[in-house]
Parts: sequence; C-alpha cells; structure tokens
Amino acid sequence: MQGAVGFAERAGHILLSARFWRGTLATAVFLLVWEAVARAGLVRVPAPSSALVTFNDLMRDPSFWFSWYLSTRRVFAGFLAAMLVGIPLGLGMAVSRILYGIVFPVFEVLRPIPPLAWVPAAIIFWPTQELSIMFVTFLGAFYTVVINVIDGAQTIDLRYYQAARSMGSSSWDIFRRIILPGTVPSIVVGATVGIGIAWAVVVAAEMISGGGSVGSMGGASGGGLGFFIWNSYVGGSYNQIVVGMISIGIAGYISSALLRKLGELVTPWLHEQ
Amino acid sequence: MTVVSTPQLSARPSAGSLERPPAASAGVIEARDVSKSYGSARFAKTVIRDCSFTIASGKLTVMIGPSGCGKSTLIRLLAGFERPNSGTISIGGKSVTEPGRDRLVLFQESALFPWMTTYDNIMFGPRARAERGVEPRRRAEFLLDKVGLGAFRRRYPTQLSGGMQRRAELARAMINEPRVMILDEPFRGLDAMTKKLMQEYYANLYEETRRTTFFVTTDIDEAIFLADQILVMTNVPTKVRAVIDVNLPRPRRLEDVIENDDANQIKMQVLSLLHEEAMKSFAHGSKAAADFIDAYSKRVRKPS
Repeated sequence: MQGAVGFAERAGHILLSARFWRGTLATAVFLLVWEAVARAGLVRVPAPSSALVTFNDLMRDPSFWFSWYLSTRRVFAGFLAAMLVGIPLGLGMAVSRILYGIVFPVFEVLRPIPPLAWVPAAIIFWPTQELSIMFVTFLGAFYTVVINVIDGAQTIDLRYYQAARSMGSSSWDIFRRIILPGTVPSIVVGATVGIGIAWAVVVAAEMISGGGSVGSMGGASGGGLGFFIWNSYVGGSYNQIVVGMISIGIAGYISSALLRKLGELVTPWLHEQ
Repeated sequence: MTVVSTPQLSARPSAGSLERPPAASAGVIEARDVSKSYGSARFAKTVIRDCSFTIASGKLTVMIGPSGCGKSTLIRLLAGFERPNSGTISIGGKSVTEPGRDRLVLFQESALFPWMTTYDNIMFGPRARAERGVEPRRRAEFLLDKVGLGAFRRRYPTQLSGGMQRRAELARAMINEPRVMILDEPFRGLDAMTKKLMQEYYANLYEETRRTTFFVTTDIDEAIFLADQILVMTNVPTKVRAVIDVNLPRPRRLEDVIENDDANQIKMQVLSLLHEEAMKSFAHGSKAAADFIDAYSKRVRKPS
C-alpha cells in the first residue's frame, strides 16, 4: 500500500517506459492507416475523425451512456453468477469423484452448444428479457470458469497433499489451505477469459433479442450496446456503429484489466519480486 | 586424524543392528520382509522384495543404491502414503498404516507451499493441529533464526534461493518435532557450492539434535560424510545388500572426510557393491560402465 508519492512515482515510470510508448505509437499508427484508407474511399467505412465527432455528440446523450450501463450490468450479473456457481461446482467436481461422474457427462454435452443458441430458449424460459440476456451471458462465462477451476485443482502437486497430510492436516484443512489457494491462479485465468466471452455474448444477445424501447431510460427491456449498434445500422448511422464497436472494445478491455489487477491482489506469491 | 575402527561389511542385512539396543527404544524404524509391486497380478512389477532393515534411535542412517532402484517407493511406504503388499513397517513399535506426524518426509524437490510465506509455511504444522498460544510462534521464531531465514519470513518460496528453500523446509519439518526425519535426496539439484554448504549445515544441525534420520542419496561422498550407518541397496527388486557402519568421529568436516583413510576404504566398499548392482542392471553388462567404474576406483585408491 503506497502513498501518493508511490503512485506519482509509478505513473512516472509508466510514462517513461518503452512499453507505454510502443503501445501509444502502435495505436496512433493504426488510427492513421484507418483514416487514410477511409479518406481514400478504398472501403466504405467511416473515418476515425468523423466517428470522433459523433462520439463527441453522443457523450452528451444520456441514452448512449444508458446503453453502456445496461450492457455492463448484464455482463457483470452473468459473470458474477458464473463465478458463484462455477467455482464451487468446479472445486466440488475436482474433489469428489462421485460429483464429477454425475455432472461431467451433462456438462460436456451442454458445453459445445454456443451460448447464442440458447437465446430463443432463454427468452421462452425466463420471465423477463433482462433475465434471458443475463442467463446467456452467464453461460458464456460459466463453462470457462468451471473448466479452469477443475483443471487448476486437479493439477496441484501431489507432494503438497502428502506434505500437508504428514504434518497432521485434516481433509477440511487441506481443502482450505492447499486446494483453495492452489486453485486461485486458475480461477483468475478463468475469470479473465470468461468476462471477455461474456462481453462477446452480451452484444450478440442484445442484437438478437431486440430493443424493446431504446432511448426511454425507464425501459427495463432491450437496449444495451449491442442493440445500439444494431439500431445505428438500421438507422443508417455508420459513425454510430463504429462508436458502438469501439465502446465494446474499451469496456471489455477495462473489465479484463480490472480482473487482472484483482487477480494480482489475490495471488501475491506470483507477483512479488 | 586417528583411525577409530575398521569399518566392517556385514553380509547379512540385520547384522549391523545386533549390537544396538532392542527395538523398544523410541524412534526406531523396523522394516520386516517388505515387498511392494505395482500393476495387475499378471503383469506385476516388483519394486521391493523381502526388504528388511532396522534404523537405530538417534542415528543418521543413509540409504544408497543404484538410481531407479526403488528408493523413492520405499520412502512412500515409510511415510505411509502407500502400503506394502506384504511385510510390516513399524516406527517406535507402532505399525505404519497412514501418514503421521511421528515421521516427516523432505522430498527431492521443494514442497514448500508457494502461496504461503516462509513463516506461514513453517507454521503450517502447528496450525493444522490447531495448536494455539505463543508456544508454536516462539518455536517458529527460534527455527527461523536457526535456519538463518529471519529476514526472509515474509518472502514467498519463489523469492528464496534453492538452498534457502531447503532450509525453510527443514524448519517446517522440525517444528513438528517428528521422531524420525526422512530425507529423499534433499540436496539434489543444488549447485556444487550450495550443496557443500547445505551438507555441512545439515551435519551441524543433526549433531545438535541427534534426531533419528533416514537419509536417501545417490552421492557416495555425501553418504559417508553424514552417515552413522549406510544401507547399500540392491538393484530392482530392492532389498538391503549390505549394512556398513561409519565410525568417523563427529563433528565432521568435509575436508577431513575426504582425506580420511577409513572414509576412503568405505567409499571403495560402497563403490564396488554399487558397481556389482549396476552391472546387474545391464542385461549383458556394459563394458563402458565397467571401464568407467574401474578407472574411478583406481583414482580413488591412488593416495593410499
């Protein structure tokens, strides 16, 4: 836990680092090439400069931010549910052969079904559209979380168990102090990958399930960045499509970065030098 | 250095233990006709066959044998992680059926828990048994100091050097005050200098505590430097080929042992026994291996 001085120092480090400048330069070059291609009329795609103008307008439009909010809420609701169900299930399957034998066949049959194939069934099954989308988002993250937890728990070195047992550990003690911390790195990996999939899924689900009443902030159904893009396409505003796409990219990046940071906090032994 | 006694090579495995006090004393390991095989009944591979030995209380017994001879299997049996197919193993008169804190195993590679700091690793045993109060903490502090890791108590295992990890693991084992310490090639994989330092450090530690120790190695010099008694094992299926007493005075220094005539004589004995066992493991014998060991023996003999 560093103070303000530590933070300023670290910010200075980042600004001076070659990695930071390389990243900035790469992004700048990417935008320049895109701008050139768009201006030359090689492809029918809006130039970043005109998208920026549209973004500037949208920034003052509450319904745009409400789309952000809706998508983010769905992603995190689905993702948290996937963690809450997936981590205990994965740990249980790794620890108990009986549970593994019961759950794994069903799990493996359901897993190849793309979350988007669930959209119609979800809409029929869940009482509200909101819950349907959250459920599909949940599925997107769920399989990845479970697979990672099982794998993480099963690949814990046998010697750790033996060492713990010979020092007098009970089964509960081994679970709490060996299996749980030993699986945390895999949980972090599963979560980081899982939330990325959740973003991919939520956008598509929003496009399929339609808008309900977009723009009306009280509307409980529809909306979201996926619908925003779809709606812009239908309305012919190509600049908005680009803004919507980049918004999703940024939102996904922030979510993953947040989880990575959180992951570092819960696995200090992998990061302290 | 004076010659203390001529080391004797006993033909029968248990001969060495006859002069010692009866098995009733604490910390004695007794293995009787232990056999262990793996695989199905039809395609069983016997790793240990009719293996018997006795390990005396307060002594450091070193087991040495050709590589792949089933030493690690024997350790898993002693630790109680696996059960023998026949025969019995007892520690302090109690039959070994499951892992217990009366014996602690130090594995070849570090088994420190990566997610715990040095201090938490050392405190693992007391916490596992829900020992409360200042006493376990006091012992942990004492041991941290003893293994020279006081300044590294908050570090994680990956932040420690190989030698430090081994010492942290020694401390983590010793805090449980086991009757028997079992070390499975503990200094393997350390660089030559660290290995030497660890051997000397370990010898000191043993001489201070005199805790009954079963030490497995493939390094003859290490065996002679540390041992009160050496068990030379046969090739697979393993049993005890010979028991050799090492009556070099303690405290020992590495340099002294290298120059000591007795030590060199023991080394020759062990080498020739291991040579025979190694030869058996080649289906038709290997000229290259034989030449190598022959040349090695001559070089060792030269000074005397």
